[in-house]
Amino acid sequence: MSWFTRTASSSLGKKYIMALTGLLLGGFLVVHAAGNTTIFFGRSVFLFYASHLHALGIAVAVAEVLLLALFLTHAITGLLLFVENRRARTSRYAVCSSAGGRTWGSATMPYTGMIILAFLFLHLVNFRFIDHGVTIADIVAAVLARPLYTVLYGAGLGALTLHVSHGFWSLFQSAGISHPKYDRFIRISAWLVCGLIITVFAAILLLLLVNSNQLS
Amino acid sequence: MAAKTITLNLKIWRQAGAGASGRFEAYRLERLDTDMSFPEMLDVLNERLTLEGREPVAFDHDCREGICGMCGAVVDGIAHGPAKETTLCQLHLRHFQDGQTLTIEPFRAKAFPVVKDLVVDRSALDRVIQAGGFISVNTGSAPDANGIPVPQHKAEQAMDAAACIGCGACIASCPNAAAMLFVGAKISQLALLPQGELEREQRALAMVQAMDREGFGNCTNQRECEAVCPKGISIRNIARLNREFLRAAFIGEPLK
Ligand code: FES
Repeated sequence: MSWFTRTASSSLGKKYIMALTGLLLGGFLVVHAAGNTTIFFGRSVFLFYASHLHALGIAVAVAEVLLLALFLTHAITGLLLFVENRRARTSRYAVCSSAGGRTWGSATMPYTGMIILAFLFLHLVNFRFIDHGVTIADIVAAVLARPLYTVLYGAGLGALTLHVSHGFWSLFQSAGISHPKYDRFIRISAWLVCGLIITVFAAILLLLLVNSNQLS
Repeated sequence: MAAKTITLNLKIWRQAGAGASGRFEAYRLERLDTDMSFPEMLDVLNERLTLEGREPVAFDHDCREGICGMCGAVVDGIAHGPAKETTLCQLHLRHFQDGQTLTIEPFRAKAFPVVKDLVVDRSALDRVIQAGGFISVNTGSAPDANGIPVPQHKAEQAMDAAACIGCGACIASCPNAAAMLFVGAKISQLALLPQGELEREQRALAMVQAMDREGFGNCTNQRECEAVCPKGISIRNIARLNREFLRAAFIGEPLK
């Protein structure tokens, strides 16, 4: 085994993989949320953004492939860790309680991860793998005007909130970045970024549900 | 002050041997002195069981003063019981209510097979230490004190990490049965000192490899370990382990 495969397949190596792919996926989330804020300014601004994004041509295709690779690496490594961690405790405790370390986010990581994965399929089916005969503004407006989708997207968003509420901090710890000087800074920024992203997405969901003319 | 006494209902995990299937057995102990420690309470139970001709409960203990790391069981889902920074042997009955029911289980992890009742085999931790948790020096006459200068704050940090008594509560409490707080502490106590510098990279690689070999889980930063650690070892030591391994793997000199 080369030093690289040995490192990557070790317990710490898998943590590094989760941290790095998590960081990059978090970066994608930030950009995605920033781009989506154009929805707040109405149809023309949103379409302007969409057309300029697609004008990037080959770069979009490359970005899509990279994103797919990131998601797959993160999900597969995560599932592997989930299975390994379950195997590491063969007999369960009769009484399970927390001594105060776990948070809702940290305790549900694998499950919220799986929900996000399922949500991604729905999201891609809704907006990526469809007939782009009509404008993206009409497609988005049509999908998110339906309360069923508000609920489904809301659930996806809820899972995402829990997931990144732990993930954004956790990735720094996994990379060994922890120091009394900036621990608080990392924790607070992680919460702020998480809160900001989720607020944007949630606001869009609600806006498109109550105002069917937002994108027309 | 007159001693207070309480009654406790115990549900204790009984398992005849490594391969055997275990189950809980219930015992009721009355008039327990609240100044008694947890193992003293088990002594009381065992005396009674012995007199009745029944098998006493096997449990690990040695110093009974919180320094050896031998004791340990999970009480109501918490390793070493409910008191913070306290080993099971230093947990006194005054922390419990009269009539309370306590569920007492062994530390559970694949890497810690049950030997009998509450006794588990923690030799996996010894093997991790043998892989690199030491420094190689020529023995001989004692070196001069302060021959190697160590900054005070580093010495303090190293001492904090060295407070680990290797009891295994971190592994028992980790939802993933990961051993990273233990390994983090053992790596840190040496990585922080000049004496540990020489074998720094080899140590990080070898100890992580040994840890993985023993079948411990993977840390997901849930921080249950530092919450139960009787010595208050911080997860900052896990971050240091992550750094040490990263450094050794990516920029360390190749070993052979
Ligand atoms: S018996 Fe030594 S630490 Fe508890």
